[in-house]
Amino acid sequence: MMSESTPRQADHVTPAFLAEADEIVSRYPVSRRSASLPLLHLWQNHFGSVDDTGIEWIAARLDLTPVNILELVTFYPWFRRESAGRTVIRVCRTLACAMAGSHDVKEKFCEAAGVDPHAGHHGYGCAPPTSADGKFSVEFVECLASCGSAPVALINDDLVENIKPSDVASIVEKLKSP
Amino acid sequence: MTPFLSPPHPKERRIIFENLVKPGYAPDLETYLAHGGYASLKQALTMKPSEIVDAVKAANLRGRGGAGFPCGTKWGFINRDDGKPHYIVVNGDESEPGTFKDRHILHRDPHQLLEGLAIAAFATNTRLAYIYIRCEFPHAARIVENAIREARANGFLGKSILGTGFDLDVHVHQGAGAYICGEETSLLESLEGKRPYPRIKPPYFPAVLGLYMKPTIVNNVETICHVKHIIRLGAAEYARMGTPGDGGTRTMCVSGDVARPGIFEIPCGAVTFRELIFDVCGGLKPGRTLKAVIPGGSSAKVMRADEIYKIRVKGSDGAMVEKDLPMLDIVMDASTLQSVGTMVGSAGVIVMDDSRDMVWALNNLNQFYANESCGQCTPCREGSLWMSKMTTRMLAGGGRTEDPQNLRSIADNIAGRTICAFGEACSWPTQSFLAKFPEEFDKAAGKAETT
Repeated sequence: MMSESTPRQADHVTPAFLAEADEIVSRYPVSRRSASLPLLHLWQNHFGSVDDTGIEWIAARLDLTPVNILELVTFYPWFRRESAGRTVIRVCRTLACAMAGSHDVKEKFCEAAGVDPHAGHHGYGCAPPTSADGKFSVEFVECLASCGSAPVALINDDLVENIKPSDVASIVEKLKSP
Repeated sequence: MTPFLSPPHPKERRIIFENLVKPGYAPDLETYLAHGGYASLKQALTMKPSEIVDAVKAANLRGRGGAGFPCGTKWGFINRDDGKPHYIVVNGDESEPGTFKDRHILHRDPHQLLEGLAIAAFATNTRLAYIYIRCEFPHAARIVENAIREARANGFLGKSILGTGFDLDVHVHQGAGAYICGEETSLLESLEGKRPYPRIKPPYFPAVLGLYMKPTIVNNVETICHVKHIIRLGAAEYARMGTPGDGGTRTMCVSGDVARPGIFEIPCGAVTFRELIFDVCGGLKPGRTLKAVIPGGSSAKVMRADEIYKIRVKGSDGAMVEKDLPMLDIVMDASTLQSVGTMVGSAGVIVMDDSRDMVWALNNLNQFYANESCGQCTPCREGSLWMSKMTTRMLAGGGRTEDPQNLRSIADNIAGRTICAFGEACSWPTQSFLAKFPEEFDKAAGKAETT
């Protein structure tokens, strides 16, 4: 019997995933390579991160070499090679939000979610700082384009606006309940 | 939600934001058609493509993304009959700090964008277009995709639009969290599936060697929406709303230390800073005085509230004369702001009151630019990080006497020495904050104690 090995994401590609990938590629009739970012989004949304097998799979699908995909994962801050928490809280760091207290807000999110507020995070494919129970990741991101309702955070797909530090604990509490 | 005034402030004239702010206005086709949607496309399809380009030129529409390039001129670079494929890429990567208008158009009125896009495509003989939306707007991507499906199913996009034989395919393309993709050639690289390193101009002007090295128009979301209204109102009436070089309305995004932040759609050149801040936005927070304003997104040079600017105006005898003008009385149109050394940019106005530390504010922006430099050009990659490290150190109490001079020197050695305008964008804040608030930087550098 084989010893336990790292799970390979590419072993879990389903026919439905494949069909969706092919539909995405069809939107780029001039160059399949254009589907690189959309396929990375599809992969990360499905598997939670992009492992080596994901990079190889996408590259093969688009007739590219793996490094063509790896260099995107290491450049674009959105992509990660490691899993993040089930809920990712992205607090806006940039000027209008910072003026409205986003540093406090981020610290409160870290506190309520059990994430180390001092954990360094520099992108390049790393997961954002994550709580021990794997439920939450909290990170600062650059301008989320909602400066008129600062401070804001993007919590998974949803923008939360005009956040007061005193609101944070109850926002996180609601996210904990299924 | 970003507040919108209801009813609009008397200084406002809502065209782009006319419908989407209405209670109950939904982003679906039925709602759009009930508000007169796609009538301008029908009208445009009866015109000659060259007439549409001429109308956009005559309307004096400037790009609303930041660079402010005349839209009709940009379209005029495309030779409709050169036998090559042409592309339009809509820039919905809205990421310039201080700017938050396109988000509302994409989420709430996607058909307005699609109608403008179909008109733009017809005018430039384009059959394939992409709408690049930053991935931090995941709902917007779904809403726009749904709108594209609705429009296709009803003959407003796809094969033979409204039976005219004109075809246009439109797809949404999501970004991945990189500010640099808002730069038009970077956006094209990103859309080609590559690292978004900007291309050098010349030769890679998008209108000549754009997407897949074919003639391409890259326009901001709001800019494309204005096209619909140029057709609807007529170029002359549209132009009349603005100033001679800056037609129509501009959606101004005001954030920071004002009583009423938000988006205000105002005819170009119709307000001064005083009117915008103290009237439209309800003034400052109680007990505060105005210190500084960044007028056009974080890259625009900061203005000092108590400064008297010199501007050139037409005197009573018609000759140009220099006139002293307090900062608050400066009119916020493209040419006036340019003449006082800053820019209207993306019209993202960040207001700062007397409670703000300018070293702190600049440090926030320096960290932004250091994080977002793509790293292709050495002066920008290294310089943006150096500036950020220096202001961070100054804030932490480790200022050195030579810091202001070094900051200035680094900034001066980035601007003009990079492939794209990010070099200017990251050095203008440092240059302008140091020029306008030298006393605060001298103090943080430790000079105050020694002099």
